[in-house]
Amino acid sequence: MILFFLSSGLFLGWSLGANDAANIFGTAVGSRMIRFRTAAILAGIFVTIGAVVSGAGASDTLGQLGSVNAFGGAFTVAFSAGLTVTWMTRLKLPVSTSQAIVGGIIGWNLFAGADTDWAVLQNIVMSWIGSPVIAAFFSALIFLLFRIYLKRVNLHLLHVDMHTRIGLILVGIFGAYSLGANNIANVMGVFVSVSPIHAHDFGLLTLSGKEILFLVGGLAIAFGIISYSHRVMETVGGSLLKLTPTAAFVVVLSEALVLFLFSSVSLKQWLMAHGLPSLPLVPVSSSQLVVGAILGIGLVKGGHGIRWRVLGEIALGWLATPLAAALLSFILLFVMQNLFKVVVAQ
Amino acid sequence: MAILFKATKKLENQIDLFLDTVSEGNLVFQKGLGAYLARREESFAHSVAQLNELESRADRLRRDIESALYEQSLIPEQRGDVMKLLETSDDIIDTAKETLLQLDIQHPVFPEELSGNMLELCSNVVQASEALIRATRAFFRNISAVKDHLHKVYFYENEADNTGRLLLRAIYDGSASLAEKNHWRYFISNIDKLADKAEAVADLLGIYTIKRTL
Repeated sequence: MILFFLSSGLFLGWSLGANDAANIFGTAVGSRMIRFRTAAILAGIFVTIGAVVSGAGASDTLGQLGSVNAFGGAFTVAFSAGLTVTWMTRLKLPVSTSQAIVGGIIGWNLFAGADTDWAVLQNIVMSWIGSPVIAAFFSALIFLLFRIYLKRVNLHLLHVDMHTRIGLILVGIFGAYSLGANNIANVMGVFVSVSPIHAHDFGLLTLSGKEILFLVGGLAIAFGIISYSHRVMETVGGSLLKLTPTAAFVVVLSEALVLFLFSSVSLKQWLMAHGLPSLPLVPVSSSQLVVGAILGIGLVKGGHGIRWRVLGEIALGWLATPLAAALLSFILLFVMQNLFKVVVAQ
Repeated sequence: MAILFKATKKLENQIDLFLDTVSEGNLVFQKGLGAYLARREESFAHSVAQLNELESRADRLRRDIESALYEQSLIPEQRGDVMKLLETSDDIIDTAKETLLQLDIQHPVFPEELSGNMLELCSNVVQASEALIRATRAFFRNISAVKDHLHKVYFYENEADNTGRLLLRAIYDGSASLAEKNHWRYFISNIDKLADKAEAVADLLGIYTIKRTL
């Protein structure tokens, strides 16, 4: 029964792995700089580690937005988010799992008559808007520094190639870790408060119930990466967001940094301890970070050829995705409760 | 880390060796033409053989480099450009070899008054090719320096055109038979073609440099 109820979350995880791994290793694999097998193994391992080690921060924020208190409810919320993502992807609209799951939770709040914490929601929405902007700033800065560095060191073209290859693997690992840390909240966040899984001693290490949940979710993401992301990576590397390997290095590094900023509890504590501005721990969209990072490079290059329409489409997604997911979640909760007699709220 | 860079280092050396070979080919061509005009047959025959060997070596190196670029999936973004660059550079040594070979086969007898300008034409095309090789090396190692060499390619190509024109005018103003005039023109044009080829490669290099600049 646990597995059945978790299945919607596992599907979300699989879908996330299949689609979003391309935001990390897409160009590297598409341009044949890194073999898919290497990329998939590294991404699978580090996305799972990131989910287990650093997944709690963003997940807690989702818990504050609305604490889904029945396993059936959590299943339905994740299922409606999954359906929204699939449906909007078919319509070729820019969609993010983070935005869908938030919509799903709000739908549950409305159905169950629970209060939505507007301050948390405001933080989340501001993070969605702010994260691509921060990614654009990071990528512009890194791109400028990288350009100055390359001009100074005068590396042989073949050495630049080899350094870029190594760089793409390293930032890919960092990106996969950060993706797991940040986006596991979308996959397993709604199940945290209702999961009956308890802490378990695995001999070498003991994992809490939440960590086991994140491990399972992380493995679902890893399975998505291994089983289906190759096709998406070929598309991303070849046409959709065609980047040079050096630009891809800058984009993935910026994306990974922003994902990490929005998910690391330790970094947040360190920033606060040093009186520096910190960011809320919120699941954000890796695809939108990539668009923001590409925009950053585009602006440094003089702003030619930037497709501003894409930004409009993303802004539309910020509104349309949570609304669609909330509506779908509300309807499905009603159906589950009244047709299938499943307890969706207590 | 050293293991990772081992294959890269080998390929880097092969590219350098290819460019050295093309450059050496230019110098041998100049020496061979000088020997032919001075009627030093032994020295000329030696240059023909030497250039033949250099041209074969350049072909082998180019093929090895191209295979390695594909087999190791290196420089995916610039691979096509680099291969085109190597192939067109290889055309220069091919043309030089073919010109010396045709001199050896056809034995044209050039009037002595043309020798000075012919040597000057040869010097112009060799300097254009040498500037091109320096620009190509810079493309691999120091992208910002490419332009410093490219303008020299254009300068010497222009000089070669002027010298070639002077030669053709002198040939057709002379009293030799039309058959002889056309025969000499064929060789003058072939020598001048070397500078034209260097210019064509320089044009490509200019575009590739813009593409490579981040």
